[in-house]
Amino acid sequence: MAINKIVQSFADAMAGIKDGSTVLIGGFGAVGQPNHLLDALTEQGAKDLTIVANNAGSGRETGIARLMDMGRVRRIVCSFPRSAGSVVFEELHNAGKLELELVAQGTLAERIRAGGAGIPAFYTATAYGTYIGEGKEVREFKGRKYILEEAIKADVALVECWQADRWGNLRYRTSGRNFNQPMATAADLTIVQSQHLVELGDLGPDDIHTPGIYVDRVIHVPYGDPPAAAPLAD
Amino acid sequence: MTATATASTPTADNIKGWSRRDMAKRLAEDIPEGWYVNLGIGIPLLVSDFVPADREVVLQSENGILGMGPLQTKRTFDPWIVNAGKQNVTLKTGASIVGHADSFAMIRGGHLDLCVLGSFEVAANGDFANWTTSLKSVPAVGGAMDLAVGAKRIWLIMDHTSKDGRPKLLEACTMPLTAPGVVKRVYTNLAVIDITARGFELVSMTPEITFEALQARTGAKIHRKD
Repeated sequence: MAINKIVQSFADAMAGIKDGSTVLIGGFGAVGQPNHLLDALTEQGAKDLTIVANNAGSGRETGIARLMDMGRVRRIVCSFPRSAGSVVFEELHNAGKLELELVAQGTLAERIRAGGAGIPAFYTATAYGTYIGEGKEVREFKGRKYILEEAIKADVALVECWQADRWGNLRYRTSGRNFNQPMATAADLTIVQSQHLVELGDLGPDDIHTPGIYVDRVIHVPYGDPPAAAPLAD
Repeated sequence: MTATATASTPTADNIKGWSRRDMAKRLAEDIPEGWYVNLGIGIPLLVSDFVPADREVVLQSENGILGMGPLQTKRTFDPWIVNAGKQNVTLKTGASIVGHADSFAMIRGGHLDLCVLGSFEVAANGDFANWTTSLKSVPAVGGAMDLAVGAKRIWLIMDHTSKDGRPKLLEACTMPLTAPGVVKRVYTNLAVIDITARGFELVSMTPEITFEALQARTGAKIHRKD
């Protein structure tokens, strides 16, 4: 039987996600956020989740914010939890109902990359000598001090891309690549929402950003464009 | 002169010095052609307006853009392109896009010639504090700590004193550090100051102020260049 990772329903896309899972969520700001998959995860009902994402959601109606507002998230690992509209995060965190692990953005990306690449931990100069580096193992290489950071390997990754084929080969659109690319490699179950489905072979071998080996399920979600970040000049 | 003595000496006058755009312009003029540069969000982004049009400087944005251009207009609108500050920006001819792991490998790997950041405080030993004023509220760190240790040089662009006149250039930072010992140069509204093995070294200053008055607004000794 031919390989076909394309699923037809959100229920099929979310099947089998267990309580207590660690879930990677792609996106940077509004671009490349797998919001439809997040809403499907909220519907699916898994709880006691650990979320790994750059931001901690915005508003209350959708995405990470809604998942947290529904009480499904125990812990969030992120670099920039406070931003315009991060009201749900702040309420829950201030009430002691949501644990936060604050990670420098590049360390977050590399911990995820390492998780996908089978590297259990690595040394980085980032955050040495700071609050974030406190309590971490320090080692000196060639006269410079580094801290030990452990890889992140997750149960589930939720990813958004521009084009996907039935093998799960993915192509992102400009800034939509962001965390989606490393996250797609670092989970046991990688679920993708794609703006477009294309025939196998339409994405040339030099044009694939994430090869299908990393991807388990693809669902077609042609939602259009993310919102403009701010009003633009003429 | 000790940090505590000067830190408790608010300035009584209202010398404003250079404007933020003046500061950004001075800094931009010091960036040589061919450098790869990351500009932090806020005032540092103003620097991009003042790089001379005939000088090729390649701007990096931590979310994976190399070759970032000016902000989009209605005519160039593409919601899929954002910078680290989540503004819609353009791409220059020759630009490239990578994912977050590759972008920070570029940053951490020492490939950027320069990163320009804003800051709350900087110390004479090159320590700086720009990510949070306190750990009481939940801080957000973003990419500041990665940029601080990864770029070949860190230049800060910041006010010389706080609104109530307290020095922001200090013997030692009082706020949580972004990184120890990395800052090479500081552009303020009053002066341009290098950080060397001796500490603060004056490069230039606004004609509105004397060296003694500048020193009085600074929380550690300023050395004159030999």
